[in-house]
Amino acid sequence: MSVARFWRKIPQRYNLLGTRCETCGKHFFPPRSFCPECRRTGRIVDYKFKGTGTIVTYTVIHAASEQFEHLTPYVLAIVQLDEGPRMTAQIVSKADEIKIGMRVKRAFRRIAADGESGVIHYGTKFIPLE
Amino acid sequence: MRDVAIIGVGCTTFGEKWGSSFQDLFVEAGALALEDAQLSGEKIDAMYVGNMSAGRFIEQEHIGALIADYAGLATRHIPSTRVEAACASGGLAFRQAIIAVASGMEDIVVAAGVEKMTDVEPGASTDTLTGAADREWEGFMGATFPGLYAMIATDYMHRYPLTREQLALVAVKNHYNGARNPIAQFQQEITVDTVLKSTMVAEPLRLFDCSPITDGAAAVIVAPLERAREFTDTPIKVLASAQASDTITLHDRRDISTLDATIAARERAFKIARVTHKDIDLVEVHDCFTIAEICAIEDLGFCKKGGAGKFTADGETALGGKIPVNTSGGLKACGHPVGATGIKQVFEVVQQLRGEAGKRQIDGATIGMTHNVGGTGGTVAVHIMGVL
Repeated sequence: MSVARFWRKIPQRYNLLGTRCETCGKHFFPPRSFCPECRRTGRIVDYKFKGTGTIVTYTVIHAASEQFEHLTPYVLAIVQLDEGPRMTAQIVSKADEIKIGMRVKRAFRRIAADGESGVIHYGTKFIPLE
Repeated sequence: MRDVAIIGVGCTTFGEKWGSSFQDLFVEAGALALEDAQLSGEKIDAMYVGNMSAGRFIEQEHIGALIADYAGLATRHIPSTRVEAACASGGLAFRQAIIAVASGMEDIVVAAGVEKMTDVEPGASTDTLTGAADREWEGFMGATFPGLYAMIATDYMHRYPLTREQLALVAVKNHYNGARNPIAQFQQEITVDTVLKSTMVAEPLRLFDCSPITDGAAAVIVAPLERAREFTDTPIKVLASAQASDTITLHDRRDISTLDATIAARERAFKIARVTHKDIDLVEVHDCFTIAEICAIEDLGFCKKGGAGKFTADGETALGGKIPVNTSGGLKACGHPVGATGIKQVFEVVQQLRGEAGKRQIDGATIGMTHNVGGTGGTVAVHIMGVL
């Protein structure tokens, strides 16, 4: 991923900055600048997610693409944030401790890197709350 | 709108075809389809080519012109268009060809699909395929394609009665069919044990739950139904062409274990064709992973949600079952050259409807269906075809 492509999403990747529609109260992550429910009557404002959520489903990845090979086996999950939106992220935990419904909170972590001398991509992973 | 018929089909063998280039594969499939339709190339009015990622796999874009050129049609200047929808590229190319003929814009149209996947390292092909998901919010986070389908499997097995053995039986059945298909990449039968002892890819999915990396091409030729008999004694009528979309990310779906785009496309297709699931004699579904076939037969309406594991274990999807699924061997055993798959599914159904499917023939088949998925369900194409 090019430097600019990574850099422009830093607020979302580092701090889970999304948006919220003040008209209907719906939260969006990644952020939307237009509420699909309220259309023209929607009022979109920035919203920083609390970072707590629940595991909806998960897998343990054993065969990864090159960038993630050194992490295998790693846990990947769909997390439902408490405000509603869902996201795909890694869980920092032992594989046999993961279960559906588990409470998690966000953590700032190294995600990948562009080769040995390229940009390091940081972002959000989740750790178990219990 | 005009009725449309398939007048010719062709397909290369599928596999790791080190000796064949992208161009070789396409030309071979096209020539087979022309020969089947007893048609000469100068009769072709237009071409649509399904291809997911020649840009990443062979560093080649501008596929429409490339293919027209290598097919020997450059000097005829026919319109030639590449269609891309990840693994559903072939299904969408077929649909574009149907629309072109049905509208009256063109008469004789080729719909093809081609993918040359083995010219890059396996790690690079895994990464290329990840482009069928959301690169920013799935791929970046460490998701792989098997990983996304594995999360469907985890969700499904948490909510419905599906055992690990039943899931393996999908692959066992598809290898049985593949062993009876001369174009299949894998023509060996396997057992449940083969699946359960294979390498773990993304829990709970193992290597034998996954479709392989494949080179291959397929082509079909469509024409107005009223002209079909000029070319063939066995035209196959297109009864319905339907397409639907959904969120590109898996996590934004209404239900992780249901492909709503499959349901939408199926409902539209049944309505257009004026048939129900009971009228379908065989179906080629998009089994990129064993769990995908489980979801597909439910979302297409062949059994109730949560019932596909038992339905499969009871043999209802096997060659002699209530609804034979993936008689070609499916993506699992026949192979999955992504852009070609949707066209290969049509190739299989046409062979079955003509009674030319050899050892895997479904006796008396008159109506067949194809189901082609892009990504984890962001695009779905469903087609229904019947004998005249």
